[in-house]
Amino acid sequence: MAFEKFGKISYISETKVGNFVKYLEAGKIMATQCGRCGRLYFPPRTDCPNDLSTDIKWIELSGKCKLLTYTTAYYAPTGFQDDVPYTLALAQCEEGVNVYARLSKDINEDKVHIGMDLRLTPLHLPNGRITYELKKA
Amino acid sequence: MHYNAEEYAMSVAVIGVGQTVFSRNCGVSIRELCFEAFRESLKDINLNPKEIDASIICSAPEYDKQRSPAGLIAEYLGLNPKPTFYAESVCSSSSTGVKVGYSFIKAGLHDIVAVIGFQKMSEISSAEAQERMGRGADIQWESPFGTMMPAGYAMYARAHMKKYGTTEEQLAKVKVKSGKYSVLNPKAIYQRVVILEQCLKARVIASPLKLFDCCANADGASCIILASEEKAKKLTDTPVWISGIGAACGTQSTTGRTNLTGLTCAIEAARQAYKMAGIEPKDVDVAEVHDCFTIAEIMAYENLGFCKPGEGGKLIEDSQTYLGGKIPVNIDGGLLAKGHPIGATGGSQIRTIVLQLQGRAGKTQVEDAEVGLVHNIGGVGLYGNVTIFKR
Repeated sequence: MAFEKFGKISYISETKVGNFVKYLEAGKIMATQCGRCGRLYFPPRTDCPNDLSTDIKWIELSGKCKLLTYTTAYYAPTGFQDDVPYTLALAQCEEGVNVYARLSKDINEDKVHIGMDLRLTPLHLPNGRITYELKKA
Repeated sequence: MHYNAEEYAMSVAVIGVGQTVFSRNCGVSIRELCFEAFRESLKDINLNPKEIDASIICSAPEYDKQRSPAGLIAEYLGLNPKPTFYAESVCSSSSTGVKVGYSFIKAGLHDIVAVIGFQKMSEISSAEAQERMGRGADIQWESPFGTMMPAGYAMYARAHMKKYGTTEEQLAKVKVKSGKYSVLNPKAIYQRVVILEQCLKARVIASPLKLFDCCANADGASCIILASEEKAKKLTDTPVWISGIGAACGTQSTTGRTNLTGLTCAIEAARQAYKMAGIEPKDVDVAEVHDCFTIAEIMAYENLGFCKPGEGGKLIEDSQTYLGGKIPVNIDGGLLAKGHPIGATGGSQIRTIVLQLQGRAGKTQVEDAEVGLVHNIGGVGLYGNVTIFKR
């Protein structure tokens, strides 16, 4: 599966949602939806705990989100020290699901405010890696 | 679950407590750290270690080079062939251990149980420690972005400030309180007074949290000896009874959190513990809360019902959590001053409350303290544990 390419450092290689990375490479950010109860999941998952169904389908997210909270890290764990400062954020997508991602470096910290509009976008990293980030809407 | 408060209130007691000095570089091995806490816990009671029926060893395993440390510790403490068990819930491991020990005794399986928590964090760098703790987040979807404990709590701080107007000064005042009491605790890693300006000028770790808003990694061990009612009454004149226990689990992912200004796991654990003890927040005389970060203490005030949601900042601003205030909290310096050796922390908090209820807290003694509470959280609101004690 392709999941080892996800993010700056991926701790997972095998997962049933590995196709998420293929969609991401095609410019799409996908959630999953339970075919039985209709619940939407992001991050995507193939197993619905609500009705124990594994009948899921992929649904593309619009990328429109609002910032719920954030922090700018000036200190980082091993493996991420070259990136400081970086802003970690939690945002709510218009479809209702939440996303955890970094804010784009082109948003100054003093311009960040809870409630601001953001756009969830795929981001290519060095060495063929890929992730997503939250950009200014 | 329906508890009969009276039936459950007087059945399992803490009869001994011990703790090492918490330090940055302890210079000894984990077995030796545990021995020191174990020895102190037996100092005041007339108990032959051979009478201990079982031990529960508590730590966060990512720091240990030793695999399966419970066996090693049990051997070093001379507890073979009695059974030993390993309990882990990151920063609340020893509270989890106490809940397991309590259950063993209530079930009639064992009469005397030693709960030993430890952590030696100094063998790895701070950045490495943050990486390991950062993997306490969802490693598939969140750790790849560079998660760490301060960032997790910082996101709660931002949301709390936005929703309730909590200020960085109010956060800093939690650390100022901690500094004031740290000088009275010879076991604290930092024994020094801190002034507000120092806190506000310190370098930012994860905005809005600055250096003094964060507790320190530390080495240390704690030991709590639990006994059945019958044994407790024989072994000590000052048993401290476990009258309420609550535990709950939050989502591991940040995306799964619906409350960003309080810890749902703590609110639920507190509800269970108060119900089981048959008391209300106003009945608590002294409390130890999990102040791994200053915002965590402010949320704890609210989640435990010491004030209404959003009023935690004002509670510290009004000095109501100092000795002599409405509800004294962390008057042993808390994690912010004592240091936070993950697996040992819950036991250290329980030790402080037990000493208070036994009237042995010295200069920080809360007059006539009868009811004490311990709030111990694992991860960023992942595992919530609230335990209520009565003398």
